[in-house]
Amino acid sequence: MAGRIIDWIDQRFPLTKFIKHELTEYPTPRNLSYWWNFGSLAGIVLVIQIVSGIFLAMHYKPDALMAFDSVEHIMRNVNYGWLIRYMHSTGASAFFIVIYIHMARTLFYGSYRAPRELMWWTGQVLLLMLMATAFMGYLLPWGQMSYWGAQVITSLFGATPFIGDDVVRWLRGDFVVGDATLTRFFALHYLFPFLIVGMVVIHLVALHMVKSSNPSGINLADKDNIPFHPYYTIKDLFGFGVFFIVFAYFVFYSPNTFIEADNYEPANPLKTPPHIVPEWYFLPFYAILRAIPDLLGGVVAMGVSVVIFALMPFLDRSRIPGGAKYRPIYRVMFVLFVIDILVLSYVGLKPPSGSLVIVGQVATFVYFSLFTLLPFISRWEERWLRKKGLPPEVEELIRQEEEEAAKRGRRA
Amino acid sequence: MSEHDSDSSNPESPERREFLGKVTGVVAGTGIAAATWPFISSMNPSTDVLSKATTEADISDIAPGQVHTVEWQGKPVFILHRTDQQIDKMRQSEGGKDPTADQKRVLEPNWLVVVGICTHLGCVPNRVDDGWLCPCHGSVYDNSGRILRGPAPRNLHVPPYQFVGENRLLIGQADPQRQRCERVDPDAAGDTFCVATNPNGKEV
Ligand code: FES
Repeated sequence: MAGRIIDWIDQRFPLTKFIKHELTEYPTPRNLSYWWNFGSLAGIVLVIQIVSGIFLAMHYKPDALMAFDSVEHIMRNVNYGWLIRYMHSTGASAFFIVIYIHMARTLFYGSYRAPRELMWWTGQVLLLMLMATAFMGYLLPWGQMSYWGAQVITSLFGATPFIGDDVVRWLRGDFVVGDATLTRFFALHYLFPFLIVGMVVIHLVALHMVKSSNPSGINLADKDNIPFHPYYTIKDLFGFGVFFIVFAYFVFYSPNTFIEADNYEPANPLKTPPHIVPEWYFLPFYAILRAIPDLLGGVVAMGVSVVIFALMPFLDRSRIPGGAKYRPIYRVMFVLFVIDILVLSYVGLKPPSGSLVIVGQVATFVYFSLFTLLPFISRWEERWLRKKGLPPEVEELIRQEEEEAAKRGRRA
Repeated sequence: MSEHDSDSSNPESPERREFLGKVTGVVAGTGIAAATWPFISSMNPSTDVLSKATTEADISDIAPGQVHTVEWQGKPVFILHRTDQQIDKMRQSEGGKDPTADQKRVLEPNWLVVVGICTHLGCVPNRVDDGWLCPCHGSVYDNSGRILRGPAPRNLHVPPYQFVGENRLLIGQADPQRQRCERVDPDAAGDTFCVATNPNGKEV
């Protein structure tokens, strides 16, 4: 019976074909490490956020007079409201941790290189959408941190030449962040996740075209692969299990780790809390904003610091396969970059004082230097490695890769 | 000429098709652009927000040296009752990176009225000994609301206001009889003191 139903569907919709092609027979490199789990983890977090978000929206009221209280209502009166809300607030942080690790893996193993540039760029768009969604969502509880975070970030658009003030007023729908701002942020916060889902589909279609990269940096998918199912379905599920242990720890035992205490005070447009900080996932970029003494300069630097990742396929000019694993200098740069991000986060967290300002400026300088020096260093590193002598197999690989690239170029 | 005419009026002519195609594209593009306008415009402040134009404040119980904060268009406005020493001190300097004489920033030297929104990124500065300190990124303003140090580019804005009677202040509307048309802020176009002509209290 089931077989006949599937037959019936298959004549009208490529169901079996699709499952075979994209899942049971989808070729995957056999050597993926656990760093390759974070893509599917991002997917599961997106599902958590959408589901918990929809249920929160059934009880939440996007009105400046009611928003704060409706969140407390969810926490105290709604059955399991506390659970759903803590899942959602913890999920936001989880999303960024997963995405940042996913990006770090891409940077470390050079997965952004040809032919995976579009993966990297659609990912970059996803990051921006995620940031926008998180930022708008953070206003909704209408606490002091929510309010002043939104006030400061919308003010950034005031740096637009000539029409800055009008742009800010248009974004807020008021002279300051107010009821109009809250309501529109809610509407967009509900919309964006679905746009993200659409973008994820594009990300995945591109993935299934170029196949997964892998730690060796050699294109294995068409040479030495195993089907995605059952090998990687199992591995991904195992990853989910580990993730949910950590996630549950925060949801049940430490849900306020990611919520500023000041946010339990209702928004007050006449009083800024003594020390306002953005959510942890924006700290490095916030530190870059503050490092530049000029407003417009700071806003531009902050914007560039987020989108500069998109240039990686052009900046990295080395042809040595395998990313940082086989490239000692690039590996040093990668470690330096991670440390630099941590330093920037610390600077962004603390109030700006004498020496920290300098530290922030140096770290900002290092941040941009790493990107701007990469084209020269990567070229030089490749020449150095090849002079030192690469194994003939690797030289052969580089030759093959170049041939393939030329073939792609000719087809284009 | 006549041949060309007959050619373009021929329904089969490729130029004619191309032309019609372009016209269709332009008309559709303009139509779509025009249709987005109501949506974009709907996000601007609505009329009820704009109509929160003026605020009246009682200043009789503000002792010399004290500040009161009142709300005007949702924004905090600082009203500082300045002492004679404070006035003297303010008159001796031009402020910091946005130099302006103190006289140009007040109607009555005893009363300083400024919008309490940091010109950097919109936080509300806190009152400190000799002025205001913004908690967000450390901008320092003096007792004339002028920026001394920190990332803020401009002095605190002076809203349009007038004294009505002895002890009342009307914020949001300047006195047309008593216009002081010095530019308070040379950077911002139209940012002058005599804004009585601005009936719906748009931001100054
Ligand atoms: S908002 Fe006041 S210093 Fe930045």
